[in-house]
Amino acid sequence: MQKYSLFNLVKNAFSNHQNWDLAWKDPTPKEEYDVVIIGGGGHGLATAYYLAKEHNITKVAIIEKGWIGGGNVGRNTTIIRSNYMHDENGLFSEFGMDLWRKMSQDLNYNVMFSPRGIINLAHSDAQMNAYARRGNSMRLNGIDAVLLNREQVKEIIPMADFSENVRFPIFGGLMQPSAGTARHDAVAWGYARQADSMGVDIIQNCEVIGFDVSAGKIKGIRTSRGNIKAKKVGLCVAGSTNILAEKLNMTLPIETHLLQACVSEPVKPVLDKVVTFGAGHFYVSQSDKGEMVMGGDLDGYNSYAQRGNLPTLQHVLTEGIAMMPFLSKLKMLRTWGGIMDMSMDGSPIIDKTHIEGLYLNCGWCYGGFKATPASGWTFAHTIAQDRVHELNAGYSLNRFSTGHLIDEKGLGTKTWIS
Amino acid sequence: MLYINCPHCGMRSQNEFSYGGDASVKRPELNKEVTDQEWDNFVYNRKSIRGKHLELWQHISGCRQWIKVERDTATHEIFRTFKADEEVA
Repeated sequence: MQKYSLFNLVKNAFSNHQNWDLAWKDPTPKEEYDVVIIGGGGHGLATAYYLAKEHNITKVAIIEKGWIGGGNVGRNTTIIRSNYMHDENGLFSEFGMDLWRKMSQDLNYNVMFSPRGIINLAHSDAQMNAYARRGNSMRLNGIDAVLLNREQVKEIIPMADFSENVRFPIFGGLMQPSAGTARHDAVAWGYARQADSMGVDIIQNCEVIGFDVSAGKIKGIRTSRGNIKAKKVGLCVAGSTNILAEKLNMTLPIETHLLQACVSEPVKPVLDKVVTFGAGHFYVSQSDKGEMVMGGDLDGYNSYAQRGNLPTLQHVLTEGIAMMPFLSKLKMLRTWGGIMDMSMDGSPIIDKTHIEGLYLNCGWCYGGFKATPASGWTFAHTIAQDRVHELNAGYSLNRFSTGHLIDEKGLGTKTWIS
Repeated sequence: MLYINCPHCGMRSQNEFSYGGDASVKRPELNKEVTDQEWDNFVYNRKSIRGKHLELWQHISGCRQWIKVERDTATHEIFRTFKADEEVA
């Protein structure tokens, strides 16, 4: 593989950049693989990369219905954080933060990781207490957290509404300084390029139409480009999890819902943090191009549409304007939607299944993008070793039966409001 | 914008309604032994169908009645609506 470096950049300039290698190949599916990963999104690509890198398993295929990076890894708001209260989520995400910090070097691909910090705003004394508790839990798990009072928040984000007679006054906030953003597409492409260079077959435009299971053991998959034998199969398909689960006669604690996001026209640098509104569900950051990147609530009913409806967008942006009134002056540039695999406790599932050789990675709700490296790393471990790593032991499929839920927000099973 | 035909009030915009989830889920019958698996299926496990989905909505800013709506989860087309106690054939 050609290394991306200043030297190679200069060298290729002499041939007008016509001779760069393809970043990844377009192979035809082989008859058999050791591991087949279904889903060429961030998590699937990362899983294949760590299978090759950490476990030396390279007879691997990624099967993608469309094109790689065309689903949620290309549709998110690029936020990376580990500001969780529960140990399972905190330790898992903080492990991921380490991988994020090293990712550009590790992948030889600039993922533009920008640890600019995230502030969750608080709008009442009770919320300040809850944030103090969460911040303490984070610090006990080695995650950086700073509780800010109103004046401190005002110093960092003076453009927020600090006037006296507002419905939701800002009392303060909880900041994780090491949180941030990254270039989402580069994450998918970086993982794809490295996985490909280690021998992984990235097979696009190939839809899975069925599974071959006999005597409780996975034997292979049936696809639109023929049957493929596999010793192990990993499902990494986010919002399409239920569709594939149905083909396996599995019913999962997952519902598919639609989440929208939008960006404004680009403006000069105004906001150097990720900020979330605490009296509703709205978050905003500014991209390197200057666009304000915004998002919030689910559309609120089961959906596979990958496009949203206006009432939710209007509701979310109303919250945004309540938090930062200047946003009302901006023109909207783009809106889009992606389908989320909403789990019943708001936490993911990375586990084995009752079918030998079949592994499940789903339930990422809103938080899939930031989990990309940690999810890939632990899922690769789970597949390669046929046992869960301690980092994803809590993300078991049977926790719903045993009562070991990880309900970070305490919202229960109404996935469309969580 | 979805338009939902409330069987009590007629056609209204989605802004008047609140969603209540999969209407095909049945609570296990009382006064009989219920297995853990049955409780799991009731509380957590969902088919989350892509296509025709029967779901509960409440006309919260209208008559406040719960209703059933048959809607396509991929196209958002609404086929039929029913009163909450109406049998769906």
